Amino acid sequence: MPAENASTPGTGPVAVSAGSPLLRVDDLHTSFHVAAGEVRAVRGVSLTLDRGRTLGIVGESGSGKTVLARSIMRLNIGGNVSTSGNVEFEGRDLLDLPLKAMKNLWGTELAMVFQDPMTSLNPVVRVGRQLTEHVRSNLGAGRGEARQMAIDLLREVRIPDAEARLRAFPHELSGGMRQRICIAIALACEPALLFADEPTTALDVTVQHQILNLLGREQRDREMAMILVTHDLGVVAGRTDDTIVMYAGKVVEQAPTRVLFTEMRHPYSEALLRSIPRIGQRSHTRLSAITGRPPDPIDIPPGCPFSPRCPYVQQKCREEPPPLVAAGDGAGGASHLSACWYPVGTDAGRDAFARNLADRLPQTVVVAEGSEFAESAAANAAAEATAANGSFEGGGA
Amino acid sequence: MAGTGKAHLRRPEEVLLRVEDLVVEYPAPGRKVVHAVSGISFDVKAGETLGLVGESGCGKTTTGKALLQLLSVTSGSVVLDGTDLTGLSPRDMRRARTDLQMIFQDPISSLNPRRKIGDIVAEPLQVWGPHSEVEQVRMVDEMLEAVGMDPVQARGRRPHEFSGGQCQRISIARSLVLGPRLLICDEPVSALDMSVQAQILNLLGDLKADYDLTLVFIAHDLAVIKNVSDRVAVMYLGKLCEVAGADDLYDHPAHPYTGVLLNANPEPDPEAPLDLEIREAGELPSPIDPPSGCRFRTRCPYATEKCAAEEPMMRKVGDDHFVACHYPTL
Repeated sequence: MPAENASTPGTGPVAVSAGSPLLRVDDLHTSFHVAAGEVRAVRGVSLTLDRGRTLGIVGESGSGKTVLARSIMRLNIGGNVSTSGNVEFEGRDLLDLPLKAMKNLWGTELAMVFQDPMTSLNPVVRVGRQLTEHVRSNLGAGRGEARQMAIDLLREVRIPDAEARLRAFPHELSGGMRQRICIAIALACEPALLFADEPTTALDVTVQHQILNLLGREQRDREMAMILVTHDLGVVAGRTDDTIVMYAGKVVEQAPTRVLFTEMRHPYSEALLRSIPRIGQRSHTRLSAITGRPPDPIDIPPGCPFSPRCPYVQQKCREEPPPLVAAGDGAGGASHLSACWYPVGTDAGRDAFARNLADRLPQTVVVAEGSEFAESAAANAAAEATAANGSFEGGGA
Repeated sequence: MAGTGKAHLRRPEEVLLRVEDLVVEYPAPGRKVVHAVSGISFDVKAGETLGLVGESGCGKTTTGKALLQLLSVTSGSVVLDGTDLTGLSPRDMRRARTDLQMIFQDPISSLNPRRKIGDIVAEPLQVWGPHSEVEQVRMVDEMLEAVGMDPVQARGRRPHEFSGGQCQRISIARSLVLGPRLLICDEPVSALDMSVQAQILNLLGDLKADYDLTLVFIAHDLAVIKNVSDRVAVMYLGKLCEVAGADDLYDHPAHPYTGVLLNANPEPDPEAPLDLEIREAGELPSPIDPPSGCRFRTRCPYATEKCAAEEPMMRKVGDDHFVACHYPTL
């Protein structure tokens, strides 16, 4: 479906030059003011997304990935939220838009599929009405026309026996079915940008596979841009063009997905990938766990937020926050950014690791014990450490 | 799975736990019956970890609870070291549970929010342990330390002051304080973040070695199961599909359902081949009215009439590799 016809009457003229991105986020900050202080959930995130592209946002709970998506869509409603920065979508600044104009964009231009398909549908309204209501109010379709659209949509998201399902209540459907309905609702008005916020976390692995395939196919066929928010690196691998890794409200690494997986530069991305058990590993492989836990968003340490858990940490990391800069001359070129003083895979990083290992820094030792790592980088690092600090290693043996 | 049978069971004297023909049924409205677990058999050797994997609704949690007799077993036997737990009086069962502990999926709601950590971990000792309070405190501290918590800091605090990963550590401490022989872990890491999940998995591995534990590890995540298990049993709709050594099962899946599960698992590798085909929503059939014959046949690409007519029995397809399928892919 052509995404070009996206301009909606009433939301002003759209002047998009051919080269400008669909979405440009610039230095976005979002905070929540609570009794204990200011929760700084998103701390200066910038990103761009072109039409028809897919972006994965990866991070653990509390990293700010969901708040980021909601801030872009202006869904963080409440008196205690403050958002600053710039969100430019098809040439319009979304943060300056009156809420009424924003409402016209929801569904028609920007849509979201939420994590929990159990609670994102109205339990007392039949599925058919939830689908058609949306189509009718946004596109002004008549009753019969809307019904036909709803049936087509349900077929498109592979719901068997679509006509009968229109009369079902959400509780009569399984979790996977409900998520398909949510996707159908989100797709109904052909948005130019779809956010999928942990769309499969609540679902079984086989259903997850189907839902991700469905999203991928719809994204491709409709030439729709998609932002896939997830905690699972396995979900973004192979399903997104670009990936952003977030930690404590900031982007720590950003790259084309393939490049990210082959040339990880940020210690957090590396640690996250290594801590995941893989089917390819033998059983009882010792995992390289990340020690500690993410910082309290009310009291984020100065310097690099990952520094207390980082196996490469040096004094500089604890004092100065590293900027997000080009990660060097890898395959990603200028599109590969990383925020680290001692990036993985560089001499500076290797030296830092070796120094920490020689000092028996706990988080570094844990990583060095991880088997997969022991075969590659740690072996080098340990060898270097031994060479540089022979007496210590000799004494410890 | 679709099937029953006991070909995969080892000799009773070799194993610590032996479950035979376990059936758990619940009444449903309209005089119907939910067939949650329909005649499964498995065994666990002392010091072994058995991984029980399957989708939600396959009966894996029910199985875990049935081992502990936390729900009433319709039929079958659960024999722990020669004693059939299903035949015990409630009083004897209480005593037997000191050998048999469980940790649950949601670490935060499995701790009483109003009690202090020290009391939570000490409670099993107050019921069964040494009666000297000094001794109890010493054991609690030792246990908290073993799970990586600082006992001095943790003892006087309440669960809400800890993160999910820490609460799971506390649950583990509570379950181990009486020195059980068998620990049943029901999705212990599925509510945790990736980085914390690895910590808990490593911790369980360490504790298993330190305390000579035997584990039954229930999870839906295939990669997690492979990491922790010596032997894996795949469940589907109340039946067992396949039982094999962990590495063998993943290298050579013999049951079509195991193949489906493996294929659906998202690997964090952008080069991994991606099967983008979208199938009609293959839904888990209702356990109230399970399919005849092989229960997986409604979703199975290889199903024939034989699968509808005849239930496949567990049979040997390799060294310590058993499958209940008429047309195994091995």
